Order: sequence, then C-alpha cells, then structure tokens
Amino acid sequence: MAQMNMIQAVNSALDIILEKDSNVCIFGEDVGYFGGVFRCTDGLQSKYGKHRVFDSPLAEGGIVSTAIGMGINGLRPVAEIQFADYIFPAFDQITNELAKLRYRSGGEYSAPVTIRTPSGGGIRGGHYHSQSPEAYFTHTPGLKVVIPSNPHDTKGLLISAIEDDDPVIFFEPKRLYNGPFDGDHKKAALKWDTHPKGEVPEEYYSIPLGKASIEREGSQLTVLCYGTMVHVAREAVKLSGIDAEIIDLRSLVPLDIDAITKSIEKTGRCVIVHEAPKTSGFGGELSAQIQESCFYHLEAPITRVTGWDTPFPHSLEWYYFPSQERVIEAMKKTMES
Amino acid sequence: MSKKGKTLFVPDAPFRPGDKPDFSNLNLPEAGSSDKPEISVDPSEIRDLAFGLVRVLDDDHKAVGSWDPNLKPSVLKEGLRHMTLLRIFDDRMLTMQRQGKLSFYMKSLGEEAVAIAQGMALRSDDILFPSYRQPGLQFVRGRNLVDMICHCITNSKDNVKGRQMPVHYSWKEGNLVSISSPVGTQFPQAVGCAMASAYKGEDNVSISWLGDGTAAEGDFHYALNFASVYKAPVILNVVNNQWAISTHRNFSSGEATFASRGIAYDMPSIRVDGNDFLALYSVTNWAAERARKGEGATFIEVFTYRAEAHSTSDDPTRYRPKDEWKSWPLGDPLERLKLHLIELGEWSKTDQNKLEKELDELVIKSYKEAEKYGTLNEGPWASEETLFEDVYKKPPRHLRKQRQELGI
Repeated sequence: MAQMNMIQAVNSALDIILEKDSNVCIFGEDVGYFGGVFRCTDGLQSKYGKHRVFDSPLAEGGIVSTAIGMGINGLRPVAEIQFADYIFPAFDQITNELAKLRYRSGGEYSAPVTIRTPSGGGIRGGHYHSQSPEAYFTHTPGLKVVIPSNPHDTKGLLISAIEDDDPVIFFEPKRLYNGPFDGDHKKAALKWDTHPKGEVPEEYYSIPLGKASIEREGSQLTVLCYGTMVHVAREAVKLSGIDAEIIDLRSLVPLDIDAITKSIEKTGRCVIVHEAPKTSGFGGELSAQIQESCFYHLEAPITRVTGWDTPFPHSLEWYYFPSQERVIEAMKKTMES
Repeated sequence: MSKKGKTLFVPDAPFRPGDKPDFSNLNLPEAGSSDKPEISVDPSEIRDLAFGLVRVLDDDHKAVGSWDPNLKPSVLKEGLRHMTLLRIFDDRMLTMQRQGKLSFYMKSLGEEAVAIAQGMALRSDDILFPSYRQPGLQFVRGRNLVDMICHCITNSKDNVKGRQMPVHYSWKEGNLVSISSPVGTQFPQAVGCAMASAYKGEDNVSISWLGDGTAAEGDFHYALNFASVYKAPVILNVVNNQWAISTHRNFSSGEATFASRGIAYDMPSIRVDGNDFLALYSVTNWAAERARKGEGATFIEVFTYRAEAHSTSDDPTRYRPKDEWKSWPLGDPLERLKLHLIELGEWSKTDQNKLEKELDELVIKSYKEAEKYGTLNEGPWASEETLFEDVYKKPPRHLRKQRQELGI
C-alpha cells in the first residue's frame, strides 16, 4: 500500500497498463513531454517512449477521431481531453462515431477508447474550467460513464475502463485531485495523505464498472451522489444528525440500480446530489429509475440538490456549487414529508 | 501483416530544458526585401509572401522598403506608449495575482506589438474577435484602465458580472467581442460578422486572432474556407508564438509556414515579423483596405515568440530552455520601436524613463481606484441575483423558482 492523491492514482493506473499491454498508448494536449497540465502523465513518456505517451495538436475532435482509428486497428488508446469543458469539439466523434461504431457495423468493428477528462468546479475556474457534462454522454447509448471520488477507486476504475472493450468516458473531479473537498471553501484545503481512501495498492487491481460503493451505511434516508459531491454529502450527513446511507455511484452507465433499490427499500427516502445543472441532469434519470424500481417503498418525494440551470459562475461560485447547507435542508425536508 | 520494425513518428520541440537554443536555421529575410503589392492583386501572384517574412525595421532601427507605412512620429509615440503601458499593466497584474488578488492572469510579454500595431491600423468601427492574448486592443481604443482592472479582480464593477475568469474581457463600446476560453471559436465567428457587414452594405471589417496551437482546431479551417468562399471582409491572424502551453508549434503544423495554408484557400497570405511594429501596422492596414474595397479576406501569420508562461497556472521551465526568448532573433518589439524613435531623433532614454514612471503611477492609481469596488476574495461582487440573469433575455419560470430556492 502507498498513500496517493488522485493524480498519483491516475498515474499509477496508466503506468501499470502501459507496462502490461503494449497496445495501450496515451495522448492528448500537453500529456507527453510536460506530463499533463495536472501532471497525471508525469514521467510516463520518458519511461515508455515517445510513441506510447505523446503530445497531440490542440484539436479535441482530432484527438478522439484518431483514437477511434487506432482502436479500429488494434490499439487501446487512452486520450486526454484537458478539461471536460473542452470536450465539445469532439462531441460528434464521441456520440455519432465512437458510441455507435459497434452497433452500426453489426458488431464487426469497435474501438476500446478511454477518454480521461478533468471535470467539475470548486477551483475558481469560471464556466470554462468547471463544467460537469456527464449527462450529455449518459444520454448516448454505447458509452460507459465513470466518475470516481477518491484515489483508491480512481486507480481500480481507470484500469477497468482501459481494459473494457467498450468506449468509456472517465471524468476526474479536479477539485479532488489533491485532497477530499467537503464544500467548505473557507476551511484549509485537505490532503489525501491521511484519508483511508488515499491508501492505494501499488500493484495491479481493478474495480468493476457498474458497481456502486456504500460510502456510509444508514437507515433513515438514501443520498445518491458521485465525484466531489460524495464528500459534501458525507459532511452534510454528519452535521444533520440524520442516519443517512450515502451511495457513491462511481459509474453512471452502467448503473448499479440493484444497490440503489436495496438501499431505498430500506430507507424509503432519497436525496440526489450532483454539481451539474438540474434540468436533464443525471438526477432526473435516477429519480425516474427509482420510481420504476421501488415506487411503493418511497415514503416521500425524491429531492434533487444540483447546480442551478445557469452557466457555472466565477465570482459567485459558492452560490452555485451545491453546499452542505443545501444538502442538509433537502434531507430535512425529505424526512419531514 | 508483416512488421517493418519501425514505430510511429512523433515530433519534438527543437530545444528542451538544458539545451542551448540556436535559431540560426530560421529563414529571416532582410528588412525591406519583400515588395508591397497593390490591394487588387491576384492572390496567386503573391504566394511568396506566405513563405517569406515582411519586415520594415532593419538592424540599424531604420524603416526600409515598400511596406514602410510612413507613420508620423506622433503615431509611433502613441504605439510606444500603449506597448509600455501594456508591459507595466501586465507586471502589476501578475504581482497582484501572486498576492492572491486575481484568480488567474496571462501576460503578453514579447507580443505587445501584435494587438497594438494591428489595432492602431484599424478603424474604431472595425469589430474585434481577439483571443486572450490581445488585451492591448483596449488601450488602443481608449478603454478606462479602472474598468479593465475591475474585470481582472472580479469585483462589483466587473462589466461581465464576475462570470468569467480574468482577462476574458468583453467591451461592446469598443467593438471588442466577449473572449472565450475554448480556443479558436472566435475565428469563424469573425468571418460571420464580416459576412454580415457585407450583407448590410457596410464597409467596416472584422478581425480575429488565434495561436499556432489553435490553428490545429477545426474552427481554424472553417474560418478560412468560409472567408474564402464568401470573400468576407475579414482579417484572420494566426499568432505563431512557437508555444501552446507546452506544445511546440511542430505539433500544430509540419515544416510548412502557417501562412502557406491560406494559399490553398485562394486568399492573400502574408507572414509578418510580429516583433516589428511597422511591419504589423502596414500589413494589417493593407488587409483592411482590401477588405473595405470588397477584395475579400487576408490571412496573416504573425511570427513571434511567447516570452512568458502561458498563464499563471503554467511553468515553462519544465519544457523549454529558461532563456529561450533571449535567443529569439527578432528581439523585443517594444525595444525595437523605441530604438527606431531614438534613431529618428524623436525620443530618448530619458523620455522613456519618464514615460514608464508616468504609466506606472497611472496603473497603481487605477488599481487603487478599482479596489474600492471590491476584490475577488473580499467582495463585493456582482450581486447574487445576477447569477440568474442573462441566461436568457428574461428568466423563465424554472429559473425564477431556483432563484427563490436560493433565497434571493
């Protein structure tokens, strides 16, 4: 076991996979010589060679489309999009090409591409360095969508994503790279070095996609969340005094509906928390699936705590970012109804 | 399939940390060696301009050749003043960023001539679509420094209401269109804006800038093609400053010059010394005149060097030699214009020192004034209800409801 932050966990997963499979190559903007603007690929080019970990032109559509071509011809590319906010020039290649290749070719062709991209807010990044665009991709059949919340899961899930024969969009909540963040921006920043989920095996391991993690067991209410919001929810539950069960979804597609159903059958109440805007956010999908699978166990309406239906602001970031207070208020309201 | 025994070619930057930069292999024609064509020229007759380098200021700081715009000393002094102000402004903002007063900053060091010479060559009704590294345009058009700083420190007087990171200016009064972080998006928008001017029968032009790295984005190619097809009155500039964060220009293009790409789109394509105020002014003025007369778009490669880090989030010592800029053969644009004025007998070192002192005081005074309206850390910011404004022209019901939920 080693103590790692999320950047080191990403690096360790990539290192192991590069070593294990000579068909894995990594590319994207600034990922080669420099090692990435967040340092996730630091040292990998010098270790594995320029043709395995390399810089690309600034062209997200070009990165994803060439990754598809590489995947068609036997490679297992891991592409980095520098910020999730910059993924949209590649949207056509992801949603119309990467996602549909297996289906449209009658199963003849596929491309096992993993797209890693830092997402989410809390870093004073304004609307072009803070977005959470996962719902665009969960809405596209053919893609798997993964969002870890800690170093341990990051490594195991990333290894699974790369080894998966289907394309995976792997969102890395950038506010969590260096430490857990519970939403209290006035507090000194925490590090992963004393956190139990910062303990990461140095060797190979994988965590299956589509398996949620019970972050906290509880009996009165279920909180569904992923990414940074897992930590916000944990603190909110602690402060609320409500015995809530917190489920870290980890993977949105495939979704661990069994774990969700089991929990809600026990608690009868549910609060969903995500950073992305509310309208057509993944919370809407969760809410619909819950009423399909366990409507008669519900004792109160499902409540969503999300980003507002506005772009992500710069100076008013903390009015936008779902706070502990908003989560507590939603839990109380759900308990009362 | 049999194996060739080779693997994928991946380029590299010519120099890395620890290397001694040597730019002696750059093709740098003498100042004054390229001829200025008529604005009605057939683009196919001036293809050599895409491979050469328009230069006016020679090594003795004299203006030479047919591209010399013959500017009055007062205009040159105005240019020097703007460039000096930009350098001082950048230094002050960087200091304040280091003190935590700004969340982020980007300097123009080594590229001051780009926006300033080009901006001065335009009319004030020409419409600007800059990237984040042309803030100097605002000095040319007389924007209030206090307003610029209020944006950079994201306070209650920030005209974009605290919604953008610093240096993402918007200034409608100065015809400067809101700057976006996703790179290159402005390029084809400028073409559309120019198409609208043509549509309305107006003779103002649009102009846009992006970097060498961004010239790899699809938007770059959309812009050139639409500009060519519709003969749009637009000036499209790729500022080739050699570096896109850590990505060397070798990853954006092969050996060919960026300017040569314009040839395939059948438009005049000119490569110009980006550190030469006079050459930049002259080429831009020529392009603007062509556009105004209905001759269509011009594509310009501005050849320069990014002397500073990409932004305050970047550390260039990790990927390029520390003093690479010092070896850049085309020098410092501000110094070159200053020496030209001194050579003309219109300026002196004392004048420059006096100017620097005056501008430094102006920037400090403006900063203090701006701080009265708040700072990013302490506030006040744009009021909380502005969070829900401008998403739509009028907030629909669901946004009004969300605003109530937030209790404002």
